[in-house]
Amino acid sequence: MEQNLLTLIYLISSVTFIVGLKMLSHPATARNGNFVAAFGMTIAIFGTIFHYQEEGRHLGNYPWIFGGILIGAVVGTLAAKRVKMTAMPEMVSLFNGMGGACAALISLVEFDHLSHTDGVSVEPGFLLIIVLGLIIGSVSFAGSIIAWGKLNGSIKDYSFKGQHIFNLLLLGVIIGLAVYLIGWMPTQSIVVFYVIFFLSLLYGIFFVFPIGGADMPVVISLLNSFTGVAAACGGFLYENKVMLTGGILVGAAGTLLTILMCKAMNRSLTNVLIGSFGASAVGGGPSTSVQGTHKEISLSDTAVLMSYANKVFIVPGYGLAVAQAQHACHELEKLLESKGVEVKYAIHPVAGRMPGHMNVLLAEADVPYDKLLEMEQANEEFSTTDVVLILGANDVVNPAAKTDPSSPIYGMPILDVELAKHVIVNKRSMKPGYAGIENELFFRPKTSMLFGDAKKVLQDLVAEIKNL
Amino acid sequence: MQSVLEWIGRHQEIIYIVVLMIFVGIEVIGRVPSVLHTPLMSGANAIHGVVIIGAIIVMGKASSDNYLALILGFVAVVVGTLNVVGGFVVTDRMLEMFSKKKKQS
Repeated sequence: MEQNLLTLIYLISSVTFIVGLKMLSHPATARNGNFVAAFGMTIAIFGTIFHYQEEGRHLGNYPWIFGGILIGAVVGTLAAKRVKMTAMPEMVSLFNGMGGACAALISLVEFDHLSHTDGVSVEPGFLLIIVLGLIIGSVSFAGSIIAWGKLNGSIKDYSFKGQHIFNLLLLGVIIGLAVYLIGWMPTQSIVVFYVIFFLSLLYGIFFVFPIGGADMPVVISLLNSFTGVAAACGGFLYENKVMLTGGILVGAAGTLLTILMCKAMNRSLTNVLIGSFGASAVGGGPSTSVQGTHKEISLSDTAVLMSYANKVFIVPGYGLAVAQAQHACHELEKLLESKGVEVKYAIHPVAGRMPGHMNVLLAEADVPYDKLLEMEQANEEFSTTDVVLILGANDVVNPAAKTDPSSPIYGMPILDVELAKHVIVNKRSMKPGYAGIENELFFRPKTSMLFGDAKKVLQDLVAEIKNL
Repeated sequence: MQSVLEWIGRHQEIIYIVVLMIFVGIEVIGRVPSVLHTPLMSGANAIHGVVIIGAIIVMGKASSDNYLALILGFVAVVVGTLNVVGGFVVTDRMLEMFSKKKKQS
């Protein structure tokens, strides 16, 4: 009876995961979808705690379980509530890493159990699942932590010659050891097991290390699906249907999502993973050496130009997010509107660090939805635009994506800001953008540079326009 | 070979679930607008937190003198909960932004 009740709970949870994920992929129902999935997760967790039985015995150690859940819940909620909207991507990466760590820990404990039950022959299939969970979980954990560090700037891009070969070798050794462990079950198996664990962590680190920051969303999404598969391994282990459905669902959906993200950037997954964005431009030599001089524009000139324009487009990029300038940006927009200037935003699909990141940030600053134009719409309107103000965006407006086949971003659709009469670029310096490539746009005759921190520049600009 | 086939035979139910779920996962997010990529990823991130259930089982059946299992299990429960709770709250915060602007327009 009790077992059947738990089965029913798991069934309901599995359905809520599917329905929740489905609802999450439509703007109107997304938020409710999240609630639906969260509800399913809650009943699955409490159902397991109170109704799970193994050989007729209930689970014990309730104080430990509830203590762990309490700590996790409090810390998780606080961290998720306190994090700034700009830091969302790295937060997701961090939580993803936690899931991977959880899967790896389960494997560690289960293997420890096995090594204590002598005499009983272990099924190879069972062992395979444990080892798989360990490898995938550890890679996901280590990779996510590196991705987190890269996004918040504490870990720099790092790659060395022959790194791809080194990675492949490392992966080969891990697989070889896993096969040895499962197939031959050596007496020293516990040592082999921990070596696999250690190497998997190492692989996770070196897997993410050479990938440039601009590609982090794709990597996080990929690691996300890894963790899904690791969770499914746990489902196999305990013949637990809800872990299995949830894990595989995320594994499959995450993989597809990764591919969709790549498509939005018009690049292939292999290109992202082994292309080491940026490294090629540095090592490639003559590929992108843009020569020329840029011209600067003063704040007051910008103020005049913008307040007497008919139509102004704002192109927000990661620089805006870093500077926390979305509110100042909205203020400028309101001020210009009150002067009769039409203001719109052009949002590139991969503006910011993640697809949709910019929309979320601007929504936080109460920018109306209908002012945010997607790339195609914006490109149609640029020819009738007087001023384009580029705030901390770089690669998404780089004409090299269209003209220079040797550029790492060649083929990525860009915003055709050059169709407008004036282009004003706000950047902190002339340094290349995140992809590490020069931007020819800055040297074009139509372009003027306005240097400074996005927030400060916007605030000064607002003050300047008010004084006109 | 024999043992592999046997293994598949014994676990066919689970293997069916895996195969079908792969299709469901792909089908379900087939046409997602790029605006929702980040929230969707975050939501999926929270869902793979089901791994917490494994952690609870490990924890719950650990005997009280097996300190390795107790400690690792406890850590697993903590990080698993972090994944679940943090994942759902972060997703909700992102989506809150979207619904707010829906009301305004």
